[in-house]
Amino acid sequence: MRVPMSWLREFVDVPWSARELGSRLTMSGFELEALETAAPAFSGIVVAEIVEAARHPQADKLQVCKVRAGGASSKGEALLQIVCGAANARAGLKTALATVGAKLPGGHAIAAAKLRGVESFGMLCSAKELGLADSSEGIIELPADAPVGQDLRACMQLDDEILELNVTPNRGDAMSVLGIAREVAALTRSTVRLPEPAPAMALQETFPVRLSAPAGCPKFTCRVVRGINNKTPSPPWLRERLRRAGLRPISPVVDITQYVMLELGQPMHAYDLNKLKGGLEARFARPGEAATLLDGKEIKLTPDVVVIADQSGPVGMGGVMGGLASSCTADTTDILFEAAFFPPAAIAGRGRRYGLVTDAGQRFERGVDPAHQERAISHATGLLLSIAGGKAGPTHVVQDSDALPKRAEVALRRERIGRLLGTTIADNDVKATLESLGMRVLASADGWLVTPPSHRFDINIEADLIEELARVVGFESIAEADATVRQKVRALPEGSPVESQALEILAGRGYQEAITYAFVDPARQNKLFPGVVTPVISNPISSDMAVMRASLWPGLLKVAQENLRRQQDRVRLFEHGARFAENSETDLIAGIAIGSRRPEQWGMESQPVDFFDVKQDLDALFARTGASDEFGYVTDTLECLHPGRSARITRCGKTIGWIGELHPQLVQEFDFTYAPILFEVDYQQALAAKMPRFEEISRFPRVRRDLAVVVDEKVSLRQLIDRVTFAASSLLRDIRVFDVFRGPGIETGRKSVALGLIFQDNSRTLADEDADRLLAAIRADLSATLGAGFRE
Amino acid sequence: MSGEAPKDLDSRREETLGAISSASDPGTLEEVRVRTLGKSGWLTEKLKELGKLAAEQRKEAGANLNRMREEFQAFIEKKRQELEQAEVAKKLAKERIDVTLPGRGETRGGLHPVTKVRLRIEQLFRQAGFTVASGPEIEDDFHNFEALNIPSDHPARAMHDTFYFPDGRLLRTHTSPVQIRAMLSGKPPFAVIAPGRVYRNDHDVTHSPMFHQVEGLMVDEGITFANMKAMLHGFLEAFFERDLEMRLRPSYFPFTEPSAEVDMSCVLCGGAGCRVCKHTGWLEISGCGMVHPRVLEAGGVDPEKYSGYAFGMGIDRLAMLRYGVNDLRLFFENDLRFLTQFRAG
Repeated sequence: MRVPMSWLREFVDVPWSARELGSRLTMSGFELEALETAAPAFSGIVVAEIVEAARHPQADKLQVCKVRAGGASSKGEALLQIVCGAANARAGLKTALATVGAKLPGGHAIAAAKLRGVESFGMLCSAKELGLADSSEGIIELPADAPVGQDLRACMQLDDEILELNVTPNRGDAMSVLGIAREVAALTRSTVRLPEPAPAMALQETFPVRLSAPAGCPKFTCRVVRGINNKTPSPPWLRERLRRAGLRPISPVVDITQYVMLELGQPMHAYDLNKLKGGLEARFARPGEAATLLDGKEIKLTPDVVVIADQSGPVGMGGVMGGLASSCTADTTDILFEAAFFPPAAIAGRGRRYGLVTDAGQRFERGVDPAHQERAISHATGLLLSIAGGKAGPTHVVQDSDALPKRAEVALRRERIGRLLGTTIADNDVKATLESLGMRVLASADGWLVTPPSHRFDINIEADLIEELARVVGFESIAEADATVRQKVRALPEGSPVESQALEILAGRGYQEAITYAFVDPARQNKLFPGVVTPVISNPISSDMAVMRASLWPGLLKVAQENLRRQQDRVRLFEHGARFAENSETDLIAGIAIGSRRPEQWGMESQPVDFFDVKQDLDALFARTGASDEFGYVTDTLECLHPGRSARITRCGKTIGWIGELHPQLVQEFDFTYAPILFEVDYQQALAAKMPRFEEISRFPRVRRDLAVVVDEKVSLRQLIDRVTFAASSLLRDIRVFDVFRGPGIETGRKSVALGLIFQDNSRTLADEDADRLLAAIRADLSATLGAGFRE
Repeated sequence: MSGEAPKDLDSRREETLGAISSASDPGTLEEVRVRTLGKSGWLTEKLKELGKLAAEQRKEAGANLNRMREEFQAFIEKKRQELEQAEVAKKLAKERIDVTLPGRGETRGGLHPVTKVRLRIEQLFRQAGFTVASGPEIEDDFHNFEALNIPSDHPARAMHDTFYFPDGRLLRTHTSPVQIRAMLSGKPPFAVIAPGRVYRNDHDVTHSPMFHQVEGLMVDEGITFANMKAMLHGFLEAFFERDLEMRLRPSYFPFTEPSAEVDMSCVLCGGAGCRVCKHTGWLEISGCGMVHPRVLEAGGVDPEKYSGYAFGMGIDRLAMLRYGVNDLRLFFENDLRFLTQFRAG
């Protein structure tokens, strides 16, 4: 909302500078977003009158003007010779002259010059050249009564400051100069001045209007004005005010409706009277009905949209935008002004549905004063008669009082003010503050009964009033106070994962945490997880951010690729975040490792990271649970993984995640030099810890026996260990795998696995014979069940 | 057999002491010891021969020989220590390493700066008695809007550029839905924060379609606006580890009443005005307010009995200010050259 100070001061006395006002409004809820002047900095520009304009002898498009600019010589008034290229430069025109030595916006200085052999002592300026318009045709045209020689900044009040204020959506009443003036009045405890126009009624004519849907439009005022000249441009003061408020002047009729809306907050519309057929009706749209609006687009209306219609159908979408067919043009001579009231509920969201965010729609959906239509239409009529001539009929008001919003009394309890704010406000301050906001305040047993004014749509409950008090009195006047809260020791489950520690394990093992978007490229996701369906965003930022991720891998792979492209030769990343399925979200921890096993260093051969390196990283994570034996790696694969180098990860037999090398086809497709190793596990499942439980420490020595078992390739270590564990007694305490060998001495298709078996008893020292007996049992079992041989 | 002439014995003693003294390594020294004191060393032989002497002579000669043995033993021991020390010194001199060579093994990774800041926020609020809650990122209209007093078609919805799914669900636009979930899952008092990812359909230099917020909710009997001010100010000073000014500016959120924007004095310029604070000296850091009675009701809490405050802050913004990061987008580009700057701590 742009509010020029000069305009505001017409409505209320402002005892502060624009900046001071801005900070006071900021602290009462209307944030000052910018403070500008009406024109950029320039100097040396004065009001000048063209006395004579003649063709340049050497150039068709140039004129040589004699200009009066208030300077004097011994012979009386001096005339300046200015060469000008503007077509509208003509004798008698008052315009802006940049004198020799003037500085234009941007610092360009004006000097005397010769143009095609004719001397020129300055420059006649266009609005664009002075930073007053984005584009302009010809030089500026000033009113005939502009005083020659006056500095243009003074003449046009160009040092006027403009406050750009952020009006929150609950304050539709403040979306006007009047609305801000009311806020200023509340801050200064003064009152606003309202225009009281009473334009002469020269016609008796009224236009028939019927309200068929009071819930959608309970009040409609209109007024006939005939015989206007809509071809004349709006006067400079009006054009300039619109410009300062951020709008472009179009024609007197349109400019006046805009002006009144900006000033009073009442959106208006003007119909070309001769294009209306029969009377007007405010009703809801009929099924299948369409309308072509001012922007030229045809829209299909739904039955919850209020329309204004004549015999031919809708002539406008109520409260949002008028129709094209009945709109005013330069040739329009007879009009019908409309100032109606549409309740917020009937307008809210309707415009947005059609992509129509209009000034009118924004105001109506936030709340327009239902008692202000008469004043607005009078004001508009008065302006129109003075600018474009014509004769006006009476204001015709049609309303359904029952359907108009009523302001109910709201009870405000004295005690609640303190209970909510933590501070007290003196009774007379409460009353005076609320009254300064236009509220009616009556005393009650425990406080007050307050009736908000018709323009306030946001005061419905006690808390709303307390907010108003706090806002106007100032939040800064409420002192900070520590709460006295009930002390309570809260539950702290020892088994719950501690996130910082879990993440730190991976960080400590060289992984860097990444945070990637939760929506990914459907094409990439489909390559990795063909057929996996995840929620699809209806309105994505772009097509490559359109589906929710089924895994953290698409994001991590992308980040890895980007980092490799940035000349990183070794990338280890992890992420903690959600995966999305149609109706669930799962908290995951996932990672990717690519490049060498260890950072490049001396004394260690560089080898690419493989499945087992990453498996060890995961096992370190799982070790935090104190239940490493609950985790298993089952030979299994996903489409995106190397079928021979991937595993499903289980805990107590339940799948909790996956680990594996990226499928060679994808390695090639994503242009990786080395195959990335990926993992992904369910965060809770992988990290929920078992509480440690003390076990007796054996005081007796351990006995170790090594066993080199030769088995078929297809026998996994897991199977082997399960058999060994089964065959040995509880005296077997630990199994270490210290070699896996294929080659000379081992048949093709078989492998030798060297196991270190640790035996120990809690009650005695094991004899060699005990260990030998156990070993024999294990050997017998392995031969029988796995067809194992043994190497000595 | 008679005792050797004392003169002979003296010269053998001199000779032995000389040999010990000139031994250059433990092996040579040992040879001298064996030659002298070993089973068939000359001094041992002499001692064995003592028995053949007459008692009178034996006493004197024995004392003499024993004294000599002790002397040799002590001297050999001393020499052995000297030689061993020299040996060790020689060995150590050979074993020098270049201690400036890098250590071996893995280097440390690190946490994302946004995570670091989030964990820090959690820790600070835990200290103040808050618990940490979470909620789903795909939300329904009820929790994200309706229960927060933002009915459909409410103009405030335009402030949230929402990502929708075809079934009407949406990506949560703020962490505020967790307020509702927290209240519905228990009884007052509530002291909860809910950090998490949130989503808005907005992507430019200063907006990311995904970012992080932390929601705070405190509900109990007698919780006031003044309490909220104290908590937020205390948090900001603890988070930034410095004294700073804070002001609350009236604003509007449908789910709080009164509502405020929280400004703090610019941590970069100290309030003097700079590019980051747009020369205002203030940084907008949070939105807050007293929980709207209708929201308390939606959470099953009696607004006549209880009151409370709620706030929401951008974690990414706090991270930017804390670490001096000047571009929000860096957080989501995941460039290792950026991420590795935050390894510490």
